[in-house]
Amino acid sequence: MSELSTPAQPPAGGSSKDSALEAVIGLEIHVQLATATKMFCGCELSFGEPPNTRTCPVCLGLPGSLPVANAKAIHFGLMIGLALGSELAPRSIFHRKNYFYPDLPKGYQISQYDEPLCLGGQLGDVRIHRVHLEEDAAKLIHLGASGRIHGSDASIVDFNRGGTPLAEIVTEPDLRSAEQAGVWLKLLRSTLRQLGVSDVNMEEGSLRCDANISLRPSGTSELGTKTELKNMNSFRFIERGIRAEIARQQKLIAEGGQVVQETLHFDPRPGAHPPITSLRSKEEAHDYRYFPEPDLLPVKIDDQMRSAAAAAMSELPADRAARLRAEHALSAESAELLGFRGELGDFFEAALAAGSEPPPPPQALANWLTGEVLARLGDGQDPAESQLSPPALATLVGMVAAKQVSVGAARQVLERLIAEGGEPQAIVAAEGLAAMDGGDELAGIVAAALAANADAATRVREGNAKAIGPIVGAVMRETKGRADGTEVSRLIHEQLGI
Amino acid sequence: MSDVLELTALAAAAALADGSLSREELFETYRARAAADRAAGEQGLNCFTWVAEHAPEGPAISGPLAGLPLAVKDLFCTEGVPSQSGSRILEGYLPPYTATAVARMQAAGAGLLAKTNQDEFAMGSSNENSAYGPVRNPWDRGRVPGGSSGGSAAAVAAGLAPWALGTDTGGSIRQPAALCGIVGLKPTYGAVSRYGMIAFASSLDQAGTLTRDVADAALALGQMTGRDACDATSLEFPHAIELPSAERLDGIRLGVPEELTGEGIEAGVLECFGAALARAEELGARIEPVKLAHAPHALSAYYVIAPAEASSNLARFDGVRYGMRAEHAEELVEMYTRTRHDGFGAEVKRRIMLGTYALSSGYYDAYYGRAQRVRTKIAEDFRGAFAEVDFILTPTAPTVAFELGEKTGDPLAMYLNDYCTVPMSLAGIPAISIPCGLSRGLPVGLQIAGPAFSENRLLDTAHAFELALAFDGSAARV
Repeated sequence: MSELSTPAQPPAGGSSKDSALEAVIGLEIHVQLATATKMFCGCELSFGEPPNTRTCPVCLGLPGSLPVANAKAIHFGLMIGLALGSELAPRSIFHRKNYFYPDLPKGYQISQYDEPLCLGGQLGDVRIHRVHLEEDAAKLIHLGASGRIHGSDASIVDFNRGGTPLAEIVTEPDLRSAEQAGVWLKLLRSTLRQLGVSDVNMEEGSLRCDANISLRPSGTSELGTKTELKNMNSFRFIERGIRAEIARQQKLIAEGGQVVQETLHFDPRPGAHPPITSLRSKEEAHDYRYFPEPDLLPVKIDDQMRSAAAAAMSELPADRAARLRAEHALSAESAELLGFRGELGDFFEAALAAGSEPPPPPQALANWLTGEVLARLGDGQDPAESQLSPPALATLVGMVAAKQVSVGAARQVLERLIAEGGEPQAIVAAEGLAAMDGGDELAGIVAAALAANADAATRVREGNAKAIGPIVGAVMRETKGRADGTEVSRLIHEQLGI
Repeated sequence: MSDVLELTALAAAAALADGSLSREELFETYRARAAADRAAGEQGLNCFTWVAEHAPEGPAISGPLAGLPLAVKDLFCTEGVPSQSGSRILEGYLPPYTATAVARMQAAGAGLLAKTNQDEFAMGSSNENSAYGPVRNPWDRGRVPGGSSGGSAAAVAAGLAPWALGTDTGGSIRQPAALCGIVGLKPTYGAVSRYGMIAFASSLDQAGTLTRDVADAALALGQMTGRDACDATSLEFPHAIELPSAERLDGIRLGVPEELTGEGIEAGVLECFGAALARAEELGARIEPVKLAHAPHALSAYYVIAPAEASSNLARFDGVRYGMRAEHAEELVEMYTRTRHDGFGAEVKRRIMLGTYALSSGYYDAYYGRAQRVRTKIAEDFRGAFAEVDFILTPTAPTVAFELGEKTGDPLAMYLNDYCTVPMSLAGIPAISIPCGLSRGLPVGLQIAGPAFSENRLLDTAHAFELALAFDGSAARV
């Protein structure tokens, strides 16, 4: 799974070696926090309820209503800060960010400004600039062909989402390619999921990502003029959007033009021309007139809040990967996959802990889990949700290692375990799938196969190694896969006298 | 009927309790008077923007205020009852919930009698900024009642309501109370929840009372204080509010700040103020000069901070969800612009622009940041002064009630009305205005300010003054 190891110095723009320009990318990620209630009122969070049913005077911005900060959201924010190695602020203080838009019922968003909850930090090979808390905007639906506010027939507002707690995570501009951004974002997602602070689902909007993108001559350190790219609401679109913007900037510069600082919109539709359009220029940028939110008093982040956040942390993906690698001598690739995908790590550790006999070698167990099992379940599926139990997989892998069952037979057993569950030994016994020893029975089957495939036998004897395939296949058919492939191959060579 | 009007809220509660007065008679007496004023339009005092059609119904109304009619400033949200904050932009707005302060009074048994006229979004000192017409001063109908709680003050002075709730941001309870010859109490910031008060300046807005006397102020405050889970800036009051009883001021040290008792204060007002000080000495108090060095800068700081917060608080009135929306706008920005152009009055627009400017990128430190530093200095001045004296005394307003239209063309002259009241607002401390005499036949207010949460002692002190000064406000009754 090479997609999970971030390349240290990938080529610019993903367009390989020809360019003398390198891309510099920073991400701004909005994460909806999985609190019970909204950021500043008691409304429950909404998951597809009918529009405007999860609202109250506060999140509708009705006259006279006042916000009260959600303590759980601050707790989650502190957990994120600890996970990212950030410095936690001595106090939680909110500011108002003032601008007019129909999805913002108060005419300002309550956010954090010069004192974010978490400052600095690092995840993987990307430094964190800051993490702050704020409230989500409501959802605008534009009726009409364009789907955007300009030229729409009418716009309607669903305030269910308005006021949902958000953590905004801002990275330093440490990413160099679209692919690297995608890989790193997956690490962030698995970290947040492991913390349990968010559903981190891009399609449902609980994880949203904007990218700041600029180009500069490779090897220089000064930053070029950046653009901010919005509306990339899946991992695929993030990589495609960043690639498209890098290409746009490269073309602009190649034609002697200059990148201007602006906010851009990415249109992921396949035929979109152009895929990237301007939302607003730097000159049109808002003056947000930030000032401390007078309706909320600053709250001191005391030792109790800090230790509560620390106590709520489970082992983080990067830490788990390192531990699994050290404890079980796993390959880096396997350890990362098991660490970053918590459900795989859980299954792996449960299988090892089952104490099955003969014991499965950990690397083989990891390979079976991340290879054979995932291939049958489909990528992204949780093996715990199939009929396969961790002890059963451990037993099966142990039997393969002890040559009690061939790899081919074990695959058949695995199919049954995933579909129906059960015990590997019982299935092997019932189906007669136990490995054949290298005795006379197998030698006889090999001899018959050689006789039936005389042409192939001749070619093998003449040095064509590939010709052995049909002969092995015949043996396997005859033995229903119980034969050990290595032993079959040895017997063929022996009987052919080569 | 006239006997009923002689009763303070506390006395009426006693009469209801002993059966000498019926709830129906009490409520209907005031309801009919308030309705008549509303029906009189320009010919009346124009105190009200809404009057109840009947007494609140419900079998289970009980509590210490059971049966007492209550007038409430328009900007308190009252469920299903127009709450317009004196603005065209909220004309006909019916909130789906009731402000905590009102709800607590209702929970104690008080019944909603009327909503009172006010300066638009509480911005003004004369009640001439209301979209629903100016309120007239019952002492002289050619004069203003003060503002912004002008409707509440005039209604109580004229006997159209036994008592009323108001709000005070820089003097909006105390100054109209002074100009109408009644008692106005602005409690400690945070003592009464702001939830459901249509905001002007969040860090300054405070609910309080406009009453005939000091005991009524204590009676109402006692029902409203206490932490509200819906207002993060509200505080648990450290003790119960008690009815005042003091008759003497023995050993009480009263500080008089030179900065707020000299230049700019009308001679007749200073004369009444001086007489009140002399009475205090007779009651056993010691009068001492105190220094509030930064108080002269309070008004400047206030007119940065309050408009800055207002510019943000009033952004929600955009025509999208409630209230007025300009018709025939072709696109979003045009709709915003025309709604706010047509919906807000001149003073509100002036303050939104002032505040927007003060918060703008590049100007924040020079204006908002600096004003906040002045505010800190003013609070420190008060802390220093209260180490030496128990209370600080000033005239409430620099002048008596002025004529309608006299200052509408000169915003700065209008702003100076709050010269003596704004410092206490910036410091968040409690202050009360009680009538202390007449000048040119018009009431003069005495302001008494104390440290945060000193309300019980403050009310006691005001009570002793009230007894000694024996102000007669009956001339204002209509």
